[in-house]
Amino acid sequence: MTNIPIDAIADIRSPEKPEDWRRFFGFSTDHKVIGIQYIVTSFLFFLIGGVLAMVIRGELITPESDLVDRTVYNSMFTMHGTIMLFLWTFPVLLGLSNYLVPLMIGARDMAFPRLNAVAFWMVPVFGIILMASFFVPGGSSQSGWWAYPPASLQNPTGNIVNGQFLWLLAVAISGVASIMGAINFVTTIFRMRTTGMTWFKMPVFVWAVLAAQIIQLFGLPALTAGAVMLLSDLTFGTSFFDPAKGGDPVLFQHFFWFYSHPAVYVIILPVFGIFSEIFPVYARKPLFGYKFVAVSSLIITGLSATVWVHHMFASGTPDWMRMFFMATSMLISVPTGIKVFAWVATIWGGKIKLNTPMLFGLGALVMFVFAGITGIMLAAVPVDIHVNNTYFVVGHFHYVIYGATVLGIYAALYHWFPKMTGRMYSEGLGKLHFILTFIGTNACFFPMHPLGLQGMPRRVASYDPEFAFWNVIASLGGFLLGISTLPFILNMVGSWVQGEKAPKNPWRAIGLEWLVSSPPSHENFEELPIVIAEPYGYGKDAPLVSNPDKLEIAHATN
Amino acid sequence: MQPTNTSIDSANPILEVAHEATHHDHQDNRMFGFVVFLLSESVIFLSFFAGYIVYKTTSLNWLPEGVTGLEVREPLISTIILVSSSFTIYVAEKFLHQKQLWGFRAFWLLTIAMGSYFLYGQAVEWSGLDFGFSDGVFGGSFYLLTGFHGLHVLTGVLLQSIMLVRSFFPNNYAKGEFGVESTSLFWHFVDVIWIALFMLIYVWQ
Repeated sequence: MTNIPIDAIADIRSPEKPEDWRRFFGFSTDHKVIGIQYIVTSFLFFLIGGVLAMVIRGELITPESDLVDRTVYNSMFTMHGTIMLFLWTFPVLLGLSNYLVPLMIGARDMAFPRLNAVAFWMVPVFGIILMASFFVPGGSSQSGWWAYPPASLQNPTGNIVNGQFLWLLAVAISGVASIMGAINFVTTIFRMRTTGMTWFKMPVFVWAVLAAQIIQLFGLPALTAGAVMLLSDLTFGTSFFDPAKGGDPVLFQHFFWFYSHPAVYVIILPVFGIFSEIFPVYARKPLFGYKFVAVSSLIITGLSATVWVHHMFASGTPDWMRMFFMATSMLISVPTGIKVFAWVATIWGGKIKLNTPMLFGLGALVMFVFAGITGIMLAAVPVDIHVNNTYFVVGHFHYVIYGATVLGIYAALYHWFPKMTGRMYSEGLGKLHFILTFIGTNACFFPMHPLGLQGMPRRVASYDPEFAFWNVIASLGGFLLGISTLPFILNMVGSWVQGEKAPKNPWRAIGLEWLVSSPPSHENFEELPIVIAEPYGYGKDAPLVSNPDKLEIAHATN
Repeated sequence: MQPTNTSIDSANPILEVAHEATHHDHQDNRMFGFVVFLLSESVIFLSFFAGYIVYKTTSLNWLPEGVTGLEVREPLISTIILVSSSFTIYVAEKFLHQKQLWGFRAFWLLTIAMGSYFLYGQAVEWSGLDFGFSDGVFGGSFYLLTGFHGLHVLTGVLLQSIMLVRSFFPNNYAKGEFGVESTSLFWHFVDVIWIALFMLIYVWQ
């Protein structure tokens, strides 16, 4: 803690001198450092989760179970899902939010910088706990990422410290860290906005982060409650979810999905925010229907608490519940549709610049629309009963999580890369990365839809040879996705080391973060900006702040 | 809390004004964040309550064999004492606002004593019960709910003890009373949860 004032003083006295790179490996309380720590850490776990996915696709390229043992296969899909959600999509989006929210609302840092750092450092801690579960007797959890009892209550080795125990421990720590983060974001957005930054002058990304973090606050505690009860069933012999002892396994499903369906919105809402930031910049037009896009995020937050039973249409759910949750689930498509309409209207007739972030943004939007259509199909009870637990579901949510979310994250990483590192990325490598990713995503995940409609169940290591054709294509697509990360890594590392120096605002974008140097100074703003205009004023030629020349000391001394 | 700001302020007078502004907001931010935390925490209890209601209304064998129900008299006394302690902690806070430290300490200590009595009563009750944590969903949910709440009471008592000790440091509360205010709010929260819990477990048998 004591090094912070020294850093700050050094930074103020010589604003030209770059900060020490070692701060990225320590307990920094700078939201920008923490943001990058989140992004880099989670990307490493993304690669690990990707390797597990390669194993799954390698197993499924032939109908027989021949690559790995069936129990290992169970471990692979369980840990793939867990890692990708809790150690990649959540933390990487927290990283982007951490980096961008204080800058976008004109604050020097988050409301609670130390809490922020503690919350980040819990990510590697529970990441290591989860990885350690591979090495305990009996191996890691094999009950899928949703850990349904009674499968998750089986403990064949009889050890207290088993794979499922460590899984629950990791998820619990992740939950605590996420709650800490959510408290920090909500407080920051409510109370740290600069002068003139009224609610309807906030960038949509900030609205989206607020909406997402509110979901964490009301959803995660429910999952925690379920996890505590599952843990005590597993460890202390209680019978909450054990049907053999009078427990109710479906109750766990309620607890689980009450959080874990809204969790999808925790993931996708910031991606909606990214779309809303990127499309106006590269179409050179104001965001269409800004207020509707902003408020629709909060409507999604509200509705997200009323849809979870659509995951349980086949769990002995009464008919009235099926009807109710079918209707609410379909209702979500209204605020989502408003957003899609607004993005299309923003792009329509714009001066479109197809650079890497825009390509990723458009690709992600197209795949999100596709995922939305299959989502509506799945919300309908008759369709859901037919394809429940088949590859159709897997295909649907991979279009959401990979097609829309991962591509959206890539778009954001390219778009803000110059701001974060002060360097430009390589456009050629970026476009190569986009082409490989776009083809790979569709090749890997589209075949899952026909497979599911034909009845191929998910989570199986072997299958009927009639499904072989689409599985081979999906596997080849999966391997292509693995390859597609190589140009990305090369681009990010190479450009950070020796890329062309980035100016303040390489994209001529409008936003507070683009008014300060790349990367911003430790304190972000020397004098806090005074906001006088709505965001996205493209083509309007109106200044965003009344004091643009006073935001940085470098200007005052020049 | 403020080493960062102080050292920057002393290094650069230009920043002083701006940092002064954030310094004043800081206290309010913490209270805002704490309220957000309590709202979130309440959902854990709501989830447990929901689970309890589901079990109570759907279980085929609700009470374990040989168990007829829960004794209400002693828990009711504990309840009255715990709820009353919400008033004593309020009086203690009033005294602190008026800078009357001894009045604050007296009522604060009374609150600690009442909270401790509640914990003692719970320990006595638990040791006299003839069912355990693993005796069906009734045993499980009884100990889970009362135990999780008891953990909160214990946390409250520990926080109160820290605040009591801190009141003996000179000028500790000169710059605001976030610790006392948040502890008090937490205590009210724990009380309200207990009332709901008492209704669910003891009244609705």
